[in-house]
Amino acid sequence: MQEVKFRGGGFAPRPIPFAGALTLLLIVAAWQGAASLGWISTRFLPAPLAIIRALVTLVQSGELRLHLAASLSRLAYGWAIGTLAGLIVGFALGLFSLARTPGLAIVSALFPVPKIALVPLFVVWFGIGEGSKLVTLGFGVFFPTVINTLAGVDGVPRNLIRMGQSFGLSRAAILAKIVLPGALPAILAGFRITTATAIILLVAAEMIGADYGIGAFVLSAGNLYDTDALLAGITILSLLGLAISWLIGRLERWLLAWR
Amino acid sequence: MTVKSAVSLSIEAVGHSYRDLRVLDDITLSIPAGQVTVLVGPSGCGKSTLLGILGGLIAPGQGRVLMDGPIASDCLNPLTYVFQDFALLPWRDVAGNVALGLQAAGLSRDARAARVAEVLALTGLTDFATAWPKQLSGGMRQRVGIARALAVRPAVLLMDEPLSALDAQTRALLLEEFSTLIAASGVTTIYVTHTLSEAALLGQQIVVLSRRPGRIRDIIRIDRPLIGRRPGDPDLMAIESRLWALIRDDAADAAREFTDAGG
Repeated sequence: MQEVKFRGGGFAPRPIPFAGALTLLLIVAAWQGAASLGWISTRFLPAPLAIIRALVTLVQSGELRLHLAASLSRLAYGWAIGTLAGLIVGFALGLFSLARTPGLAIVSALFPVPKIALVPLFVVWFGIGEGSKLVTLGFGVFFPTVINTLAGVDGVPRNLIRMGQSFGLSRAAILAKIVLPGALPAILAGFRITTATAIILLVAAEMIGADYGIGAFVLSAGNLYDTDALLAGITILSLLGLAISWLIGRLERWLLAWR
Repeated sequence: MTVKSAVSLSIEAVGHSYRDLRVLDDITLSIPAGQVTVLVGPSGCGKSTLLGILGGLIAPGQGRVLMDGPIASDCLNPLTYVFQDFALLPWRDVAGNVALGLQAAGLSRDARAARVAEVLALTGLTDFATAWPKQLSGGMRQRVGIARALAVRPAVLLMDEPLSALDAQTRALLLEEFSTLIAASGVTTIYVTHTLSEAALLGQQIVVLSRRPGRIRDIIRIDRPLIGRRPGDPDLMAIESRLWALIRDDAADAAREFTDAGG
């Protein structure tokens, strides 16, 4: 006689509380320890405490507020423009046969183009001021938003639309009460991608002809080989990404409570 | 709740194809007012397509469907479906789902709330008004489907295999409830099913369709009232046997056809 062994475990990952924060803390502590012990040259990689000191100086001098305000404003406008345009085009492709085939061809052709490569072109077209920066961000956000919105609209179960039709809902009501909420999970998942893309493009755009902005600050620190300040700027970008991700998580929890 | 529908339907020489596949052919049929007409037939015989045509969701390839009789002033959606897969909006709670048709009809907030409360009570869902569909069992979800349909006080209720996604016990219980609700409301009902016992328990006119392309093979009428019909009743079992005799060969052919297609 042999006992039947359990073999059905695994493949069910579950979140471990505080594991993420603890891992980050451990890495930073190890980094600081290695720097303090002289295992890492602080000329090449500043210690975390030096980065924190640079951050404190940035805050106290008021520079951080100026750079952050400029970046956040560009990020908000650029992301909003790209998202709005992407939502409109994504819904149009998802809903109208006439828009779908030609629209998809254009999106498929332009989506893989690295947007950073287009920054100089946008500067020529829209000038070195805010216009080119916002267009760079908007352009980068637009395509993933279109793709995710289209996937969301396509993913709305057809039977729900038929149900709406059977109850006499108008096209607008079907769009508002069925298609939009049905596509929302995919759209919100897209927001996570587009906000990260927007931060990457923000830095690239601010490296050309900007006085203020985290990208301009990082470029200036790099030119001066001020690695403490450079990594302080990168830390701010990372924290910005974390904050936006947290906000989207809250938005998902609020809007998708039904899941 | 009183509906007592006086609306009947006439199906005149209806046919339909999906590309080259002929699914319905020359269907001419009267659906009497205030009665339950059950459509039975083997898989793929076009029952659901016919129901889609009756409800205006599928344009017939040939023929037409006529609706006759006065529609009550409080009827907000004359031809109303109950779906096989419930078709509930997962982002709306039970009350929100039930209210959907009422919103589409432009009913005021107070009137909506009153009708929702009425049908929730009727279907035993009052305590679940704020529950999400994901929190409900299959049987409860279909109760929401029927509550949503009854809320608009339909002239004709179109039920597309409403119990087929449920387990046997829930089906038996819900069938009794459907029977009571339909009898009480007197709504003209067209009920599509694969299950012959459901047809015998619920049908007042049972239309047997042949295998694809679906044609009317026979029409069986049962003059007994819905209330009081019980599973195991010898008369109803005899009707069930008669139905099986009518569709058995077609069902076997249809099953082989599907197996061949799958293989």
